[in-house]
Amino acid sequence: MRLQYPPNVKIICLPCTGKVDLIHILRAFEKGADGVYVAGCLEGACQFGNGNIKARKRVEQAKNILEKVGIGGERVQMYNLSSSEAPRFVEIAKEMTEKITAMGPNPIKMAKKKMAA
Amino acid sequence: MIVAKQKPLEEIIEELQDYTKILVAGCNECVTVCEAGGKKETAILASSLRMYFLNQGKDVKIDEVTLERQCDHEYLEEIRKVIGSYEAILSLACGVGVQFMAEKYFSVPVFPGVDTCFMGVTEERGVWSERCQGCGQCILARTAGICPVSRCAKRLLNGPCGGSTKGKCEIDKELDCAWQIIIDRLKELGKLEQYEQLSPIKDWSTERAGGPRKITREDIRQ
Repeated sequence: MRLQYPPNVKIICLPCTGKVDLIHILRAFEKGADGVYVAGCLEGACQFGNGNIKARKRVEQAKNILEKVGIGGERVQMYNLSSSEAPRFVEIAKEMTEKITAMGPNPIKMAKKKMAA
Repeated sequence: MIVAKQKPLEEIIEELQDYTKILVAGCNECVTVCEAGGKKETAILASSLRMYFLNQGKDVKIDEVTLERQCDHEYLEEIRKVIGSYEAILSLACGVGVQFMAEKYFSVPVFPGVDTCFMGVTEERGVWSERCQGCGQCILARTAGICPVSRCAKRLLNGPCGGSTKGKCEIDKELDCAWQIIIDRLKELGKLEQYEQLSPIKDWSTERAGGPRKITREDIRQ
């Protein structure tokens, strides 16, 4: 299909979203990511049983922590789609990019820059 | 194992407000199994704290280490060389580890990162329940291996109370009556006659009621 999605989205490939750990999400924000979304298989369709369900719980935990530390829980999101849904993938990438752009840059990144200056 | 749960992040932040160099110390034993203060939880908490303080515009150095155990001298000694470079320690070990850390490094403030709850089992991932209260005088031989001291709300030693209904305890409909389990198991073992034998009055002085406890074994002491 050769569909285009926003170039600011950096894809990190994993064998299953069940591999996503809470610390991976937090480190991304610590390193300055403005937003993170986890794209897992449709619920009930995990090849490994319940990897995407585990990922959803971890995303919820990350939301909770990010809210408490003042970064904003909305910066992390879980999506479920099948690998054949390319148009949906593009739609999500655009949706997330627009949402994060509206929220502005990661305050941690800004604080680090301010401290380095 | 000793079961603990992590303190709310807000409470931990409050404890550490006045410090700029903090060591978050996890423990590889019980708190790792109950997912409250192991290497993973230490990394998550340290990362959360770093982000919080950065966002507040505070330059706080937060490092992390996970010791094999915090209840033994030899493992606590591992941080002696670096302890001087921190203003405070946040220990994610159980209350035992926190205290041993405080005793050993007397001039460094040590804060608890978890609430230590009980000695228990992992029923399933994410579900832990109490099994032992360390009463110092085990009666499991008489109670078919089920402990009424830790599992009966009233710690009854001679059968259930009137609040036992359909195998459940009156304090919680989800909670099994310990004495129902004991009777069921005695039946299964073909030893129901044991239920008829009265338990003698328990000596509670070996429990916490007798003050802080200590065991000294001269045969292995060095």
